[in-house]
Amino acid sequence: MSPEDARAVEEHFAALGRPPTYAEIRVIAQLWSEHCRHRTFRGRIVDPRGEVLADDPLSTFIGSVSAAPWVISSLRDNAGIVELARGYGIAVKVETHNHPSAVEPFGGAATGVGGVIRDVLAVWADPIALIDVLCFGPPGSPGLRGALSPRRVMEGVISGVGYYGNNVGVPTLAGAVAFDEGYVGNPLVFAGCVGIVPPGGYSKDPRPGDVLVLVGNRTGRDGIAGATFASSALPEDLVALRPAVQIPDPLVEEGLIRFISAARGARAASGVTDLGGGGLAVAAAEMAREARAGCELSLDSVPLREEMEPWEILVSESQERMLLSARPGGVGRLLRIAGAEGLEAAVVGRLTGSGRFVARFRGEVVADLDMGFLFNPPRVTRVASPPALPAEEDPQLEDPPDLGEALLRLLASPNISSRDGVIRTYDTGVGGRTAVYPLEEPAGGHNDAAVLKPLGDGWEGVVISVGLKPRYSRISPYWMAASSIDEALRNNAAVGGRRWSLLDNFSWGSPERPESMWSLLEALRACRDFASAFGAPFVSGKDSLYNESALGPVLPTLVITAVGVIPDVRRALTSSLKAPGDPVYALGVTRAEMGGSEYFELLGVRGGVVPRVRPGESKRALECVIRAADEGLLAAAHDASEGGLAVAAAEMAISGRLGMDLDLTRIPSEGALADRHLMFSESNGRFLVEARRGSERDLERLMASIGCAFARVGTVTGEGELVLRGRRGALELGLEDLESAWRRGPWRGSPC
Amino acid sequence: MEARAVARIAVLRAPGTNCDRETEGALREAGGDAVTVSISDLESGRSDLSRFAGLVIPGGFSYGDRVRAGAILAAKLKTSLRGALEEHVSRGRPVMGICNGFQVLVELGILPGIRRCGAALAPNSSARFESRWVRVRRTGRCPLAAGPDVQPLPVAHGEGRVVLSDPGCAEELESMGLIAYKYARPDGSPAGGEYPFNPNGSAADIAGLCSPEGNVMGIMPHPERAVHRWQVPLAMGEAGGIAIFRAFVEAASRSARVRGARLSTAI
Repeated sequence: MSPEDARAVEEHFAALGRPPTYAEIRVIAQLWSEHCRHRTFRGRIVDPRGEVLADDPLSTFIGSVSAAPWVISSLRDNAGIVELARGYGIAVKVETHNHPSAVEPFGGAATGVGGVIRDVLAVWADPIALIDVLCFGPPGSPGLRGALSPRRVMEGVISGVGYYGNNVGVPTLAGAVAFDEGYVGNPLVFAGCVGIVPPGGYSKDPRPGDVLVLVGNRTGRDGIAGATFASSALPEDLVALRPAVQIPDPLVEEGLIRFISAARGARAASGVTDLGGGGLAVAAAEMAREARAGCELSLDSVPLREEMEPWEILVSESQERMLLSARPGGVGRLLRIAGAEGLEAAVVGRLTGSGRFVARFRGEVVADLDMGFLFNPPRVTRVASPPALPAEEDPQLEDPPDLGEALLRLLASPNISSRDGVIRTYDTGVGGRTAVYPLEEPAGGHNDAAVLKPLGDGWEGVVISVGLKPRYSRISPYWMAASSIDEALRNNAAVGGRRWSLLDNFSWGSPERPESMWSLLEALRACRDFASAFGAPFVSGKDSLYNESALGPVLPTLVITAVGVIPDVRRALTSSLKAPGDPVYALGVTRAEMGGSEYFELLGVRGGVVPRVRPGESKRALECVIRAADEGLLAAAHDASEGGLAVAAAEMAISGRLGMDLDLTRIPSEGALADRHLMFSESNGRFLVEARRGSERDLERLMASIGCAFARVGTVTGEGELVLRGRRGALELGLEDLESAWRRGPWRGSPC
Repeated sequence: MEARAVARIAVLRAPGTNCDRETEGALREAGGDAVTVSISDLESGRSDLSRFAGLVIPGGFSYGDRVRAGAILAAKLKTSLRGALEEHVSRGRPVMGICNGFQVLVELGILPGIRRCGAALAPNSSARFESRWVRVRRTGRCPLAAGPDVQPLPVAHGEGRVVLSDPGCAEELESMGLIAYKYARPDGSPAGGEYPFNPNGSAADIAGLCSPEGNVMGIMPHPERAVHRWQVPLAMGEAGGIAIFRAFVEAASRSARVRGARLSTAI
């Protein structure tokens, strides 16, 4: 607890004329944590002179761009909800589980998956897909003293994600794995879940007098004080922190999934929430607040695994537990539904009209707190000031002597190479709803987004994609965030997704560092600007601050998740080339924007100009792909991202086991560009598409009418070669060489 | 108009089973009257196996695959439902185990079902969970094995490598026509143990086994995820999973007609 918070608590209890109990202090600490109350995002941000830069940045930059006709619930509940079709809602939530995964990678990642599934259950949804975005130190690098090596962390996290998702029967369908030295001290684990709410299924009306029912696992001493742990820097001795990490049990979670579905169908509960950070105390307090009421908990009734102190029962973060409210007459039915799924359930209290949070244990009141006080921690003030950033100038480099060699090295680099070794350890088909898999068979090329068909009686699909460009934050956190949004949307559009909704997940260093605070504010500003420009509302998000280690703050990382819809999954596109003779088009404008690129990383160049986002240009390119897909003019589409158009072309060729002959000089571009720019620049808003032979005229007419930049750049061939004709002559690269470079991933030889 | 009889099929669910909904859906799609029945309902007598013309044990991680994949569910079936299960099988009613269900049937000893040969489903030779589309070739003479000669199906398992007790067993199973499906290359030729065409290192490329009586089949891939064209990746070919469920429903209907009483629903 900060000195300001401690003072506020002292004053509050001085006015009451009694000291706080130990349980009360623990409950306050959890509820006032950064994790639970977003103190920084709800605070005041000032510059070093005290000038206010932002007041309540969450409302200013995210809340202001959270509405759209398809939004059913945004930024309020445990997950955002948007409409799929005919009253069916798509629920979506992405969480961070960084600290636990650094300490105990397997358990930390597994409980991260379990936790986010319960977030989606907590809006009455049936989970249908999981998302995971993982950020690690370079696989070969040593770890910090007292911490696991990046490779050990990676292997543990990947097997934890697979273990939980596979067991619980929800396919892991979208995500990313990113490597950078900025993650050596602070690996990041973002776990997300998408669910479906049937028409009328989302209903919450907890009222005073309702009974509180705790369902699922027994409560134990694991995960004590996780929310406060997640809101502080990582200390050097991580092993001592093991008790703060929870124990996963997917078997119970599977029961909870069925239980929630049954309880929803029977309308057996008036409210539901999950037990996450801060445990029972936070869940009960939040439900009481939703009911504009108070609550009374009887801690003696909580099923325990072991003898526990009352404060421990209140804040334990034991996994696989949900809290429901029911009208007094309906409790029996709710308990029977839980019993039918083999779950333990207990009445642990009730909602009251008192406006107080009360907990009793063995006849004694161990906590009696005013709800208004609990939910109104002192507002924090953070100072933001820009660090010294490199000037954005393109270093005047030459083309490398062998551009083909550079392409092969890029394909083999950790951030581009095949994710086969990760994704194939995840069940991607359970549920039978997968229409576009993350890996395209048989070669296993990466698709830009996953598509699910959740409804038995409709062709509508849910399209899930992510975007992240953490390296750009070294140069410009603003354009980093803008580019992440552009990437998430073009990944979504590349398979045919549209009508997007966004999620923001920030993993940053301490907001008490003025330069961290400044970059956070820059990224938030970009979120508002580009969500607004693209017409894609933010419906959910999460901030994980205090990602600090002995190596300093984590590389500021914003993960943007985009959820789109497609009217007919049969029209969805994949990224693999389909047929020799098909024409290939480049969409969007290439510029000399190499700052933060994989190409510069390969050369060890830091600095340069990071890609801008020109929303008009990007939107036209997105629209071209979507409309052309709808009209059946395209056979494949892939966005140009890490490694630029050359890598995109190679990936499409590897995935389809077909060649391509491309004239780089025809790529729509701006400025005087050399071959290296045309091949490797990471300008936003670009795609490479394969048109169906014979559709050229219709496609060109469509693209001209939309006004996007496009050019026919070549043809699909059956030659087994990627030919890239540039200003300095033609490169001819055999598919086998491209593929073997691409498969040289960092996890080769280390099955998880 | 004459009423048509639809076979009633039980889809068995235990804690950790997670493919029951889509399996039930596939059976319905194939014309069966499928209902999910939990193991506790069977154990307590709330539900009775003898009232079903067919039994499908779907995929998942029954009891979290503690001990060994499928081991606990098999142990439970052995202790509390042995009689009912034996009766079901001996009456010629069909049983299909998919993925974890196949593991259960092998744990139970129902498959391979010839005295001289034992089998087990061991961890994949890649030593990791394998989630990918493969091709299987229909072989042998199992009435429950259906669909095109070669069809694409997805696998998703960590323990799918068929290990046989004796080197001669593969040949024996083969000659008796009890290997229902074998992993194959894209052109339909045998995978020959080569990864990833044979995704787990199974002996003799075995993807599915059949009992000598022809009414019990275990299959490691997931036909319930390959029922519709849109579920199958474009380059993998046509959806053949539905044929497997149709064959099962047909076998169940046949056994219901033979044995009569209340095994079907008139519609």
